[in-house]
Amino acid sequence: MSLFLRQSLTIAGKDLRAEWRTKEALNASLAFSMVILVLFSFALDPNPEMMQEFSGGLLWLVFLFAGALVLNRSFAREMQNDCLDALLASPVPPAALFIGKALANYALLMTLELVCLAEFGILFNVRWLANVGPLMIVMAVGTWALTVVGTLFSALTVNLRLREVMLPVLVYPMMVPPMMAAMILTTDLLAGTALGPGNMLWIRVLVGFDLVFTLLGVSFVDTVLVG
Amino acid sequence: MRNRIMLLLTVAFAALLAWNLKNILLGLPDEARQDAVYRILYFHAPAAMVGLTGFGVGMVFSGIYLATKNLYWDTLAASTTEVSLMFAAINLVTGSIWGRQQWGVWWAWDARLTSMLVCWLIFAGYLMLRRAIDEPDTRARLSAVVSLFGTVNAWFVYKVIEWFPRLQHPGPVLSFRTGGKIDRALETPFYWNVLALCLLAVVLVMIRMRQESLTREIDSLRRLAHA
Amino acid sequence: MNALEIDGVWKYFGDFPALRDIGFKVTAGSVVALLGRNGAGKTTLLRILAGLAKPSKGSVRIYGSEVREEPTRRRIGVLGHGISLYDELTATENLVLFGRLYGIDDPAKRAHQWLERTGLDRVRDGLVREFSRGMRQRLAVARTFIHDPELLLFDEPFTSLDDRAIAVLQSLVIEAQQRGCTIVMSTHQLREAIELSTHVALIRKGQLAYSGERRQEMLDDPGWLYRTFEEEGPS
Repeated sequence: MSLFLRQSLTIAGKDLRAEWRTKEALNASLAFSMVILVLFSFALDPNPEMMQEFSGGLLWLVFLFAGALVLNRSFAREMQNDCLDALLASPVPPAALFIGKALANYALLMTLELVCLAEFGILFNVRWLANVGPLMIVMAVGTWALTVVGTLFSALTVNLRLREVMLPVLVYPMMVPPMMAAMILTTDLLAGTALGPGNMLWIRVLVGFDLVFTLLGVSFVDTVLVG
Repeated sequence: MRNRIMLLLTVAFAALLAWNLKNILLGLPDEARQDAVYRILYFHAPAAMVGLTGFGVGMVFSGIYLATKNLYWDTLAASTTEVSLMFAAINLVTGSIWGRQQWGVWWAWDARLTSMLVCWLIFAGYLMLRRAIDEPDTRARLSAVVSLFGTVNAWFVYKVIEWFPRLQHPGPVLSFRTGGKIDRALETPFYWNVLALCLLAVVLVMIRMRQESLTREIDSLRRLAHA
Repeated sequence: MNALEIDGVWKYFGDFPALRDIGFKVTAGSVVALLGRNGAGKTTLLRILAGLAKPSKGSVRIYGSEVREEPTRRRIGVLGHGISLYDELTATENLVLFGRLYGIDDPAKRAHQWLERTGLDRVRDGLVREFSRGMRQRLAVARTFIHDPELLLFDEPFTSLDDRAIAVLQSLVIEAQQRGCTIVMSTHQLREAIELSTHVALIRKGQLAYSGERRQEMLDDPGWLYRTFEEEGPS
């Protein structure tokens, strides 16, 4: 098990280092998220009452759209020079490869989301620091749902023509249950409602989704990558 | 032999449908609150039953494909999913028409229709993915994984959307869910229509099966010619 | 002991058999030249041997065990069409990464040794992106050898290499063979391949047309094999 973890971390470290050198996925997704946030201000009137109702939904839409750019790059990076073949020929089990890449994506998505959250707070005058602890928990479990499904589908679509199009087409409908939960929770927290019996159901949905799809991803990545 | 069975099933379907239509349109009285439009539910609900069952059956075939790597099961899974997608579309369209009559809007974001729409999107993605891959084994392998993920996800969607605030669906009416409040005369034609649509589904799957295996044959002949 | 046992391997793409009933054994220490025209199935076979694809039927055993088992993969070194290196990492980082993935002791030291052997010591901290084609190829050779593989699988090793990389690879191949390694390489470069090889396998339209020891006729006239076992000459 510790070998598995070490291999995963090696892969994750490699991805993050390569990304740090170019910052291509991060820069693109940050710029994109900024543009969406600005466009939102024209799409709807950003007055305080309006924002109370929509903030969670808006925020997760930005994460979802900008996140697709990060996820698309994830396995596409392995296609350059046929690196994926060398990884699959090595003794690293595909499940460790999957977890490693998921961890790297997770780190990138969380970074992206924290920057977005700060931008969002400033641009739309939303005070998110009041409930920052529970908010981080919701973001942590919600982002893992996006990461784990997105990473698997990034592997699945990597050899396709139309890769950039196919990833969102496949991933977004699958994100409906966790996004519903994350949006409700985030809206509650930004409006000042604490986590409690009233919204614990949605935390359970997120955690359940995370567990089920992590398990599925780990079990099926071998089928996806090797056959 | 196969043609014989297909013909027989088609005739059985046509006869049953004609008889059902006669009963539903001419035999049943108009409903007090809904007038004549409630009759659309004799197609709306069975279409959902056939469609959703079809997605599940498609997942089972996909699983068998992954276990056996026999392309027959992939063809069966793809045909079943495609036909189910059509029944899902019938469900969405009829539901929308009923909603327009009863609620005055084409789309009221009611829980079950929304779930069905999300499922429709998931499995439309499945078919798009199949279009994007040329090599039959890769196509079979990757789409089988999508079918598995999609069906598990569909289960989540159905559970979670029911908990979402402000989304409702007219309550159950059939006697096996309510314990027998509905008049026998109203309920019997419903089950006959479920049978009719099942027959139609089987016939359509058989037709798609034949087309798919011919496509596969043409594809391998093309490869042979190029080799 | 047999380094490689291929038994009744079929590979279908849809209904089309790309490989049909391929079967041969390779004893440890042999160098096998895998010959055949474009589309004959050489790359498909090599990918199956490397564990990158699964055969539809039949089995491949490497030193008596399954290809996809982890200890087996530790014993294989693969050099494919691409160089399989990360452009955004330095030469050292690339080698250390693969050293770690193969679980070797002190990957940094080994990386350094291999950079010296392939003449890349001077640019060890340079990004692969900035390397010339020849340097990238030599680094790819170093990556293939870093975990001391016992079975080496090369797909068209000489086609894309420059002269210096070919020299490096040739000397490494000869040295590896002397150490008792087994080498399977697919190639178009008949003369180089046949000179290095002890055995020859010829694939024609997915079937094994010839497999056996290298014969004197092949050395004298590389075209002999194709003329004898295929109707037309090499393409």
